Amino acid sequence: MDFVVIQLLNGLASASSLFLVACGLSIIFGVTRIVNFAHGSFYMLGAYIAYSLVELLPRTPLGFWGGVALAALAVGAIGGAVEIALLKRIYRAPELFQLLATFGVVLVVADLALKIWGAEELLAPRPPGLRGAVMILGRAFPQYDLLLIAVGPVVLAALWLLFHRTRWGALVRAATQDRDMVAALGVNQGRLFTGVFFLGSLLAGLGGALQLPREAANLQMDLSTIAEAFVITVVGGMGSIAGAYVAALLVAVLQAFGIVVFPKITLVLIFLVMAVVLAFRPYGLFGRAAAEPRAAGAEAQPLGAGDGRAWRWVVPGLALLAVLPPLAGGYAVSVVTEIVILALFAASLHFMMGPGGMPSFGHAAFFGLGAYGAALAARDVGAPMLLGLAVAPVAAALLALACGWFCVRLSGVYLAMLTLAVAQIVWSVAFQWTGITGGDNGILGVWPADWARGKTVFYLLTLLLCGGSLWLLRRIVFAPFGAALRGGRDAPRRAEASGIDLTAVRWTGFVIAALFAGLAGGLFAYSKGSVFPTYIAISRSIDALLMVLLGGIGTLAGPPVGAVVFVGLQEEISRYTDLWRLLLGLVIITLVVAFPEGIAGFAARWRRRAEGAT
Amino acid sequence: MAQALLEVEKLNVAYGRAHVLFDLDLALGRGEVLALLGRNGAGKSTTLKAIIGLLRAQSGAIRFEGARIDGAAAHAVARLGIGYVPEDRRIFAELTVAENLDVARQKPRPGAPYWTPEALYALFPNLAEMRRRPGGRMSGGEQQMLTIARTLMGNPLLLLLDEPSEGLAPKIVEAMADTILRLKAEGLTVLLSEQNLHFAARVADRAAIIEKGRIRYGGTMAALIADEAAQHAYLSA
Repeated sequence: MDFVVIQLLNGLASASSLFLVACGLSIIFGVTRIVNFAHGSFYMLGAYIAYSLVELLPRTPLGFWGGVALAALAVGAIGGAVEIALLKRIYRAPELFQLLATFGVVLVVADLALKIWGAEELLAPRPPGLRGAVMILGRAFPQYDLLLIAVGPVVLAALWLLFHRTRWGALVRAATQDRDMVAALGVNQGRLFTGVFFLGSLLAGLGGALQLPREAANLQMDLSTIAEAFVITVVGGMGSIAGAYVAALLVAVLQAFGIVVFPKITLVLIFLVMAVVLAFRPYGLFGRAAAEPRAAGAEAQPLGAGDGRAWRWVVPGLALLAVLPPLAGGYAVSVVTEIVILALFAASLHFMMGPGGMPSFGHAAFFGLGAYGAALAARDVGAPMLLGLAVAPVAAALLALACGWFCVRLSGVYLAMLTLAVAQIVWSVAFQWTGITGGDNGILGVWPADWARGKTVFYLLTLLLCGGSLWLLRRIVFAPFGAALRGGRDAPRRAEASGIDLTAVRWTGFVIAALFAGLAGGLFAYSKGSVFPTYIAISRSIDALLMVLLGGIGTLAGPPVGAVVFVGLQEEISRYTDLWRLLLGLVIITLVVAFPEGIAGFAARWRRRAEGAT
Repeated sequence: MAQALLEVEKLNVAYGRAHVLFDLDLALGRGEVLALLGRNGAGKSTTLKAIIGLLRAQSGAIRFEGARIDGAAAHAVARLGIGYVPEDRRIFAELTVAENLDVARQKPRPGAPYWTPEALYALFPNLAEMRRRPGGRMSGGEQQMLTIARTLMGNPLLLLLDEPSEGLAPKIVEAMADTILRLKAEGLTVLLSEQNLHFAARVADRAAIIEKGRIRYGGTMAALIADEAAQHAYLSA
């Protein structure tokens, strides 16, 4: 009994911080419709800034709490500044571009934090006056944690008063529902949005600062926090503050018990909770199927079917690709091999997001499963390379078949979150099932067959398989199936009314995307000779997203262009500086502001304009 | 006419590649009620949205009190004294009646009637009885009252009313006509989009007919009522 109570209290103490960060995210999304990837970075900044301030200020209760409050305000100001400097320029851009821009902020903040605070974990002492413990049912429980338990409900109540007893709060709620109407009534949205960003970021910073005595500030906090905050918001229902609190309680308490009963489950548990909740309540516990912004294909231009003359540059292009890298030497072959594989990976995600209208934050699940499938087939069955390469797409497709059933019923942000959950589950299986997967050490010695061991031969094989796959994907997009998929994206009801079984079409599209991602993963495993859990990590899913968005969502030429730009940037920047994430982030931000349709999309528009002018 | 309160000159609006309004001209004098008539899809709502700034004009000019407002943000246009009442009402469903009014509050404006929530509750007694009710739990007629009351909270000089009679019971349509005449008596200028000729005839001084994005007819309401040929050509279904 006493054990249950203590674990419950532990869960409640963790819930407060989760709630603060998640409700900030939820408020920002509700009003601005921006999915703010940088929210976890704001949380991390809150922890780091609070650490510096607490070190600097006198070691008194006032010093500690003053430091926490100042840190929260500072993070709020940073959030407001990001909104003014960056997001204001792109409110009219498609949702996924806004996401990309906030991800640029993540990269910038990550490197700045490394530069300023270093790589070591930083733990602050508990505040003076709250260092002791209270005896609860014969067990010691930290006083500080008791205080944290109270913070959640207090902030919840304060926010409720703010939103229901002030005109500003009413404006925020009104804008959450219909921001154009609010503007037509004479309300300056710009200032409202900045205020909302300030408030949301402040809450994230406060969450990070308050968590500091319990959990050391570290550089991994940004992505781990954003993943958790996404889950909490989605489970609670986007835009619902009370929902965020209930979801935070649910997740934190389950975690507290899970860690004792079955420690290995903790990495997965939060995502399992989300998968279960979304399968039964697609819009979260307190969410409504409100006017969600249309996802990827929202402002989609019809795809041009081409004029049948594309071969005029595709064929010579492929010939050049086959001949040039081997002439340029081994290093060039390796880089181009990677680009070609990633182009297929990106194209498979693009197939889902663009024509399919199904955004994914977890596409690495299929890439990684393909890689592991090939590696396990090679190691445990002794399968030859070609068999391994056949296993890869099949393994990925099977996973997609299983999880697609509930994924494709959702759309937009909710779908993206569910795919993130799937990827996290696959990742933690790969990470924790050491007996089979080797855990963090991965699986080594996945080498190509003897005949393909030469870099050039393997490169040509990769080019053949990826080129063929890209051609197939293109055929599918323009086949009747692809038309049904695109029709379902643009006008779901009309598509259903004209006899298209939309769920089946989307499910099939989901599996096809996974299939090609799996093939890319298999090729990647053989090209590197090894597989690691990082192949499935969030950052790899985001890489794919970056490539698709850099290339442009509205054009089939986008993913290869995006892969070239992405790998090129990474290679070039990391050659000159160790601050490559900072630079990559700045480049992404600049590109988003300059080309809100992606590079290939921009080129296409430019070409159309040139044609129109002649 | 002395200087018009609102002037629209050669306005062109397009949604993407679909051109909707073609060289549209309109002018409203102070205190006047103009009915913009036309069939479904003729471009009535688009015209009002372009004036308030929710849609951007491709070309042309919109002047309010002599100053250009085309290209300005919607909130800036609203703050000059133009009130917009959308066709689909767009009540904030989660907000109470009182909050819906409060959100739209603006400072008193010289030359325009000044509205307080109490004055509006007097104008729309139904609303007074449901101040704390969420907007989402009101009937269509009540919502139509609320959306007008909400816009009046901005103390506009000019009211853009998009199909105020649409979907309302005949009795409520009558009440709506009375309300518009009251507002006119208070000195408001009204641009009204309508399909219901009978309703427009009750409230409007002048009429303009829009068809496929072009103005086809302009004259006094009385002249239009007498001109059955024009009615038949542009308005009958």
